[in-house]
Amino acid sequence: MSAFSREQITQLSQSQSEPKWALEKRLEAFAAIENLPLPKLEKTNIDRWNFSQFQLHQVDATFSQPEQLPVEVNRLFLEDHSNILVQKNDAVVYQTQKALQQGVIFTSFANAFQQHETLLKKYLFQQETAHRISAIHQAFMQGGVFVYVPRNVTVELPLQTVFWLAGEEAAIFPHILVVAEENSRVEIVANFLDTDAGAALSNSVIETYVGQGAKVQIATVSQFGDSVVDVMDRFAQVGRDGDMEWIVADLSDGRIISKSTTNLEGAGGHVDVKSVAFGANEMRSNITSEIFHFGTHTTSDIQARSVMKDKATSILNSITKIEKGASKSDGQQTGKVLMLDPEARGDANPILLIDENDVTAGHAASVGRIDPLTLFYLMSRGISKNEASKLIIRGFLDTVIADIPSAALRASIHETIEGKFTS
Amino acid sequence: MSTPNLDIRDLQVSIEDKQILKGVNLSVNGGEIHAIMGPNGTGKSTLASALMGHPKYEVTGGSVTIDGEDLLEMEVDERARAGLFLAMQYPSEVSGVTNSDFLRSAINAKRGEGNEISLMKFIREMDKQMDVLEMDESFATRYLNEGFSGGEKKRNEILQMMMLKPRFSILDEIDSGLDIDALKIVAAGVNEMRSPERGVIIITHYQRLLNYIKPDFVHVFMQGRIVKSGGPELAERLEQEGYDWVKEELGIVDETVGHKV
Ligand SMILES: Nc1ncnc2c1ncn2[C@@H]1O[C@H](COP(=O)(O)OP(=O)(O)OP(=O)(O)O)[C@@H](O)[C@H]1O
Ligand SMILES: [Mg+2]
Repeated sequence: MSAFSREQITQLSQSQSEPKWALEKRLEAFAAIENLPLPKLEKTNIDRWNFSQFQLHQVDATFSQPEQLPVEVNRLFLEDHSNILVQKNDAVVYQTQKALQQGVIFTSFANAFQQHETLLKKYLFQQETAHRISAIHQAFMQGGVFVYVPRNVTVELPLQTVFWLAGEEAAIFPHILVVAEENSRVEIVANFLDTDAGAALSNSVIETYVGQGAKVQIATVSQFGDSVVDVMDRFAQVGRDGDMEWIVADLSDGRIISKSTTNLEGAGGHVDVKSVAFGANEMRSNITSEIFHFGTHTTSDIQARSVMKDKATSILNSITKIEKGASKSDGQQTGKVLMLDPEARGDANPILLIDENDVTAGHAASVGRIDPLTLFYLMSRGISKNEASKLIIRGFLDTVIADIPSAALRASIHETIEGKFTS
Repeated sequence: MSTPNLDIRDLQVSIEDKQILKGVNLSVNGGEIHAIMGPNGTGKSTLASALMGHPKYEVTGGSVTIDGEDLLEMEVDERARAGLFLAMQYPSEVSGVTNSDFLRSAINAKRGEGNEISLMKFIREMDKQMDVLEMDESFATRYLNEGFSGGEKKRNEILQMMMLKPRFSILDEIDSGLDIDALKIVAAGVNEMRSPERGVIIITHYQRLLNYIKPDFVHVFMQGRIVKSGGPELAERLEQEGYDWVKEELGIVDETVGHKV
């Protein structure tokens, strides 16, 4: 990280008008970067991936109408346009906010530091920076969004965010912090993309606090080009009878480390992880869904699917840990990889760790190719090989995609996947 | 269009270097129904699969034309679009693909880009044919053959045939596993398709099916070829007397194929 100095970190912090405690957290992380190791990933060697060579581009132009945004960005929005935040590199360039109930916060961090400092101080930067990548994130954190939903409030329409990377060696470090108080409900969609070639890094973190009886759904759709190292670290803490749903669409073409960790703390908490990936060319991905059951009667379900084309590689790790005392809990997981070409690679690693007797758990994992007899069957009805493969892939992913509540989001994921399949 | 014709000449087929078909000759015209009967393991399904272009079967000799075009030069999907249909003995299950999405893709593949069937028309047509086959409407949205019972799979094969209206249908043991009511329903479906525009090959072990679908020709299959042909009365005699008299007449000891090379 010799290319950067403490002064630059200080500047970053000041540009968001951050309080002193936040700057200190950043500088602490910055100092730790050199000494912290990279995370150890199952079957993926990341020693040569680029996490630290990048430029901090500044953006000046903002947009007042969605039509002014490039089509790649504009097409990401769902049917409803009420609550949108678009961040390009370091700055929010487009924002709408309509019809949010009293007390609901949906805002950039620069804003949040000024208006909601007490809340941020309670939740932000509370996790350990366990490895070099998370320390880099904490030091360089730029923008992102803060979502707060008060008790008993249901946010009816999804909150939509776009994190948009542009420019040679560009990097973004968005942080999404979601606090859902008791019995509240909220859905958030976060899109990640680049619009021109040559961007370097997206190093993002999502932190979610699901209060008692609250329900939070977060969908991330990543579609960076092949020059980008795309790291996303998601964390959720779920309270009593809380409900968390992660929808993860890893559609980037470069290098991907995609992880979600959910702690089911309170009794009766539930989490669903629905993860799909489609890789083409030389894409490499390591995708981990990790769940810790602490509370009694907690339930979890991981459904992960990866389709790999050309020379793409996918390692799917599903980890369910049921701690001692989490009795009457249930953990289920299914991870499947479908390889389309001889040089595509994939691996599914199902891990169940159970320290409590009175629980149920199950896992299924498979790595395979399109069955030639299935292909023959579909083709025998006049469907071309290409169309037949598309149908089979769609079917393979649909067990996960069909459950995504927004039709527009489903369609957009299908469209991206079909584009990649055909290219 | 001229009268449909499927012409099979001296067809020889191997699987994993083992020769199974040893010179099959058969010509089927529009309006004709041909029944193929024969003991287990004599190559009937092999003939059906090889005609459709099953990846495991290798054609080592002979020729097949469909309406004068070389069938064996075509890819599997081209064969289907040329008018060939195979109701399979063991159809695949395809998870995540609904029956109706699959059928619509198949119909549109035949109709070609820019000429896709309207959704309304498709649904109407599918409802109508499912009614004929007395299939519950839930089968439209279920995943293709997934968890279907044996009889439901057979009905679904016939549904596909009725939707796609192929010039030539090969029905491989469409009657096996069907109860008597289902058999009548499936037979009614096939009879509804009967027309000078269409030819049908029915592979079966039982005269019973042929009571409902009257064949014009009956062929006996042994040792990887047709060894005897006749009219409907041949099927009746086979039902009563079995195959021994045919073997005796032709001096055949082992009617199966591919076990000794
Ligand atoms: N995929 C295969 N692999 C190995 N042998 C095969 C394969 N398919 C067919 N055979 C062999 O070819 C021979 C003919 O099989 P086929 O299925 O054509 O018989 P059939 O006449 O349809 O029999 P049945 O009346 O029992 O359906 C059998 O000996 C069978 O074992
Ligand atoms: Mg057979």
